[in-house]
Amino acid sequence: MVAAPLGAVAWSAGGLRLSPADLAALRFTLTQAVLSALVSVLLAVPVARALARRRFPGRGVLITLMGAPFLLPVIVAVLGLVAVFGRAGWLNGALALAGLPRVDVYGLQGVVLAHVFLNLPLATRMILQGWQAIPAERFRLAESLSFGPAQMARYLERPMLAEVVPGALATVFAVCLTSFAVALVLGGGPGATTLELAIYQAVRFEFDLGHAAGLALVQTALGGAAALAAWRMARAAGFGAGLQMAPALRGPAGWRRAADALAIALAAGFLLLPLGALLIRGLPGLLQLPDMVWLAAARSIAVALLSTAVTITAALILALAVARGGPRWLDLAAALPLATSGLVLGTGLFLIVQPVMAPTRLALPVTILVNALLALPFVFRLLLPEARALEAGYGRLAGSLGLSGAARLRLLTLPRLARPIGFAAGLAAALSMGDLGVIALFAAEQGATLPLVVQRLMGAYRTDAAAGASLLLVGLSFALFWAFDAGGRRAAA
Amino acid sequence: MQGDAVLQLDRVELAQPGFRLTADWSVPKGARVALIGPSGAGKSSLLSAIAGFFPPVGGHVLWDGSALDGLAPGERPLSILFQDQNLFPHLTVAQNVGMGLRTDLRLSADQTARVTAALARVGLAGLESRRPAELSGGQQGRAALARVLLRARPLLLLDEPFAALGPALKTQMLDLLGDVAGETDATVLMVTHDPADARRFAGLTVLVEGGTAHAPAPTEALFTAPPPELAAYLGAT
Repeated sequence: MVAAPLGAVAWSAGGLRLSPADLAALRFTLTQAVLSALVSVLLAVPVARALARRRFPGRGVLITLMGAPFLLPVIVAVLGLVAVFGRAGWLNGALALAGLPRVDVYGLQGVVLAHVFLNLPLATRMILQGWQAIPAERFRLAESLSFGPAQMARYLERPMLAEVVPGALATVFAVCLTSFAVALVLGGGPGATTLELAIYQAVRFEFDLGHAAGLALVQTALGGAAALAAWRMARAAGFGAGLQMAPALRGPAGWRRAADALAIALAAGFLLLPLGALLIRGLPGLLQLPDMVWLAAARSIAVALLSTAVTITAALILALAVARGGPRWLDLAAALPLATSGLVLGTGLFLIVQPVMAPTRLALPVTILVNALLALPFVFRLLLPEARALEAGYGRLAGSLGLSGAARLRLLTLPRLARPIGFAAGLAAALSMGDLGVIALFAAEQGATLPLVVQRLMGAYRTDAAAGASLLLVGLSFALFWAFDAGGRRAAA
Repeated sequence: MQGDAVLQLDRVELAQPGFRLTADWSVPKGARVALIGPSGAGKSSLLSAIAGFFPPVGGHVLWDGSALDGLAPGERPLSILFQDQNLFPHLTVAQNVGMGLRTDLRLSADQTARVTAALARVGLAGLESRRPAELSGGQQGRAALARVLLRARPLLLLDEPFAALGPALKTQMLDLLGDVAGETDATVLMVTHDPADARRFAGLTVLVEGGTAHAPAPTEALFTAPPPELAAYLGAT
């Protein structure tokens, strides 16, 4: 499924002739990804350290919230950031009152700002896990030797960071490399176009599919290398549960206490303010949303449910096969979509579909398929350890009884894996619900999904309607996640 | 003994990195055989090979004269009980036992009645709707035996399923096991590391050590005058 679109892309690329504009896009893609990764991780270190060594009410909630941006539709995050940092946003309002010059949220700084907003939590969780992975005995030993903060950093924290930070950098870099929605809204123009955006423009505005294919090829090479690096370096994913830790960690007193509090407050404020702004702006309009928003919402839910069904089925088959000692290439097949992006797969499918019929007619099926493919690596990684445990625990018993086929699925696999399947399905549904990528490539005026409608409302400067629709989008995304996750947990109980 | 041999290990060879075991003997119908020997000698591996989980690198396992090669574990004429994980924890006792009749659990009224009867037979009447976690270790063993009773396969393999039970409870389970095997006319192979189990339950004993599963010999005679290998395992007294 991944190979066919890539093949189409490679076939149509017809020699790599990159124009100066393409090279600029390549340069911008790399620049913004490097900057986004550096800033996200640099800021994440003090926040993670503060969270690791302080206990305060709401700490657990804050860490859980740090997992939420993974589910937050990108377009919603962008909208929230514009509400705070945009031309008419809170920050510029405050700056104007103080008689200071305005800041501009568009261009490189805007793209990096949005990427930091989206990835700071991920980086924080990855680094926090590093802190929590240091055995409590080590800290106890450090305390018994009365290490000061400097020695603590030298002997415990810096070696840990040296191990964890490269993975976090690579992960954020890889995520930002394939960023489309952020660049679509906050970037654009010769100075701030990512490769993904360039692909989109080549398809939608230049109608030059060969050019799009060439760009998609560059994007794939880049994304593949980055994904591989991130996959290798990042040891544990930065989402999922992760609150338990040794209670021994005691933070130093004095000014460091205030610094930690400041880091946490700034991070929480940075993450919560845009969402708050959106809430204030969108809530009044929520009941007066145009009909097309509700229609788009229904369409989005259908797309999310179907792509979730496809992803879960495929991931479960792959995970069970690998758990039973299937061939190694299955593992690789499940990770393959990481190397691509929605726009790359979309371009490939566009190329395949176009000779047969108008691509707009297949917008929703293609979106379902691409969303399913893009969620597959995450879902597979979530299910694989559980499938392995199931096989190790009950594979022999099931085999000895001759429990196989549909009965095995109904009586053993689904009941035992209900919890991870529910969680993974929630994740896949929320990701699909919020995705603004391939749909932008395919959709006609009619037939847009909710994220696309939000983007169009925004582009038409109907800011209040956009805020209302994006609140609906967030609500639906989290509701889907919650419903699947809770359903899985109930089925497992 | 060769005359009514029902289970035949024809030059069976098992191999894994750092491990090798050969077995070339047969067992008469209805026999109760203990497999005894030091841990790591390959008792469980031999049982796994007969059950179809661990393909031999050479030789054949034959049942009633026909080779079992390539048959999936569930298709072989046998039931096996492992050291643990003999019940699915998310299914009720009745569902676990019912799998002895139909693995898809679409049981007729008559079959449901048989499940109830089997549970009563092993002393678990009234516990149909319990989950395994709500049973004691001995009760879990009984539930597994009720399933063996319903499966009614002619060969029963036991990989120390009662090793974790106390002595008195284990004796009870071995007696129940004897009854179940008798009622289903089953031939039994039982792995154990306890000579008392072998003497109590098994007429024949196979000594597994030094890369060989020796041919079955009458248990009493074997323990009364142990050959040097067995004496070494039992320890000089």
